[in-house]
Amino acid sequence: MQVAHPAFRDQLDGLIRAGAAGNHGLLAVGKLRSYGDSCLNGDGSAIEMAGLERFISFDRRTGVLEAEAGVTLAEILRVAIPAGYFLPVTPGTKFVTLGGAIANDVHGKNHHRAGTFGRWVRQFSLARTDGSQQVVGRDDASGLFAATIGGLGLTGVITRVTLELMPIASSRIDLQTIPFGRLSEFFSLAAESEASHDYTVAWIDCLAQGDKLGRGIFTRARPSSDGELRVSNKSGPSVPIDAPGFLLNRLTLSAFNEAYYRIAGRPRQASVSYDPFFYPLDAIGGWNRLYGRRGFYQYQSVVPPAVAEAATTEMLRTIASAGQGSFLAVLKTFGDVPSPGLLSFPMQGTTLALDFANRGRSTLSLLDKLDAIVREAGGRLYPAKDGRLPPAMFRAGYPALNQFTPHMDPGMSSTFWRRMQL
Amino acid sequence: MTTLTPLHVLMLGAGSGIAQATARLYAAEGAVIGLAGRNAERLDAIAHDLTARGASRVEIFEIDFVTAEPAQALADMVAKLGGGDHFILAYGVLGDQAAAERDLTAAQTILDVNFRSAAGWALAAANLLEQQGHGSLVVLGSVAGDRGRRSNYVYGAAKAGLAVLVQGIDHRFRGRGPRAVIVKPGPTDTAMTAGMAKGGPLWATPEAVAAVVRKAADRGGPVVYAPARWWLIMTIIRAIPAAIFNKMNF
Repeated sequence: MQVAHPAFRDQLDGLIRAGAAGNHGLLAVGKLRSYGDSCLNGDGSAIEMAGLERFISFDRRTGVLEAEAGVTLAEILRVAIPAGYFLPVTPGTKFVTLGGAIANDVHGKNHHRAGTFGRWVRQFSLARTDGSQQVVGRDDASGLFAATIGGLGLTGVITRVTLELMPIASSRIDLQTIPFGRLSEFFSLAAESEASHDYTVAWIDCLAQGDKLGRGIFTRARPSSDGELRVSNKSGPSVPIDAPGFLLNRLTLSAFNEAYYRIAGRPRQASVSYDPFFYPLDAIGGWNRLYGRRGFYQYQSVVPPAVAEAATTEMLRTIASAGQGSFLAVLKTFGDVPSPGLLSFPMQGTTLALDFANRGRSTLSLLDKLDAIVREAGGRLYPAKDGRLPPAMFRAGYPALNQFTPHMDPGMSSTFWRRMQL
Repeated sequence: MTTLTPLHVLMLGAGSGIAQATARLYAAEGAVIGLAGRNAERLDAIAHDLTARGASRVEIFEIDFVTAEPAQALADMVAKLGGGDHFILAYGVLGDQAAAERDLTAAQTILDVNFRSAAGWALAAANLLEQQGHGSLVVLGSVAGDRGRRSNYVYGAAKAGLAVLVQGIDHRFRGRGPRAVIVKPGPTDTAMTAGMAKGGPLWATPEAVAAVVRKAADRGGPVVYAPARWWLIMTIIRAIPAAIFNKMNF
């Protein structure tokens, strides 16, 4: 992958032209935090947008921010929080760019209230490989707005973005944790909490079997009102080397899960900074190295409400019996707020996010089994977290693909897109 | 955060990665910031960024440091800015050592930009600071100026000369109010070093260097390493006898 690193907007035109001229086209990439190959362009070219990271304007009265696409969510928080604003939607890491957040139409713990990130985007500028530039807004009738939100960077290069921020009275979060012993309790907790709390999420012990199957810890939270507006500058330890592959095995994982369920699972109420609440993994630099050189697979699915409990139970049973659980198993219900993008991942239902140490064939065969459950349930997988999704399953999960492809920029491509044989 | 009378800061070479990161620290303090550099369009993008980050006011000065006359140009910029408390001299070119050995004009360009012209601006700022009786001059040097080595000694020689000049200015200031500091960064991940293989423990981010620059404008000096560990590394490297040093390949 030939990667260009522009630092100023005037460098972009030439780089876009040169990149699109080569084999396999061009892809604009951000901080490369997508887990799979949707942020890679194999033998083609890429433009790393992280150097285009300047604010253009910030209206402190309205909370409307305009910035270059390479600005990270961390930088936005640094400026927004002291002014009394927060990201209306944030994923689990703040080290992603605005462009990446749009291209993957990311979501957060408040999906049932706020929907996806794209809903808060007023407009963006798109540079296409034919040399044209256009400003595309919510009112766009051509379909290009809907294609670009969640469009995996394939409709052109997003160069600047206008985003609406959300006013806050405090940078702290009031949270409550409630342990649950079975999956049905998760669903009743979620249903009960959605009206009262902005943020909901649950951790699942996916190695628990038998009568412990589906146990976990439910967290619900809302912004505090204590008036503190403080940017967190903490950075924790980082993982300096790849851990040996045997570190995360069935025994260490189930010991971890058992201990976590007992210690973290006590019901409690607390007031915490936004940072450990939204971005726990950001505190550990290079946490992925805990998985060793062979790495890991992420797997995030969503299944519709009517079959959510049955399908999730089936998935957890399959994972537990394969003995390949992950300690970052996260369960959350998505609300009925429509996603703005043709290829947006979130839809109403229940989403389960997992990671599995890469043990080769046995891991892939487990994921195939999970695929079958998700597909049967009428669900879909999240491309930003995928490294092995079968093309047929991608097509089945995203019925709007036919509307999407006419908006693609013919000069743009990605390894993921070529893998999907589209 | 905005003080009653904001600091007035002039960035010479405002488009450099370290200057941009430093200017963001000043912006967060609510400073009035002057951005001097060659490319007005790029300076305009930086100015918008700094304004959004809290700068009280940002002025742009399109200027070629090598051809401009420092004393008059500096006076004009300070007048338009409404004051000059801190001067950050951050421009420079790394150049190509191999080309500088083949082509003496290339070598002279490296020396011209990094020493001759930079020295002129540093002296002009020194006179202005001495006259007003307060303020700081912070000049970006390099660890490359601490010992000549084959891969970048022309650039290193220019930065070494600049370091001695700034030390001398600070000596001249003693007891009169103003200060002068030479900040010597190690390898930093900016556009200047775009062609190099980056990463590893010796590389610093422009933000880390900027924090040192910002602090140096308030206290310490006259010689500061960025990050601080480079003081130890360069003390050791300077102490290596030539007989051994010349057998080393770096």
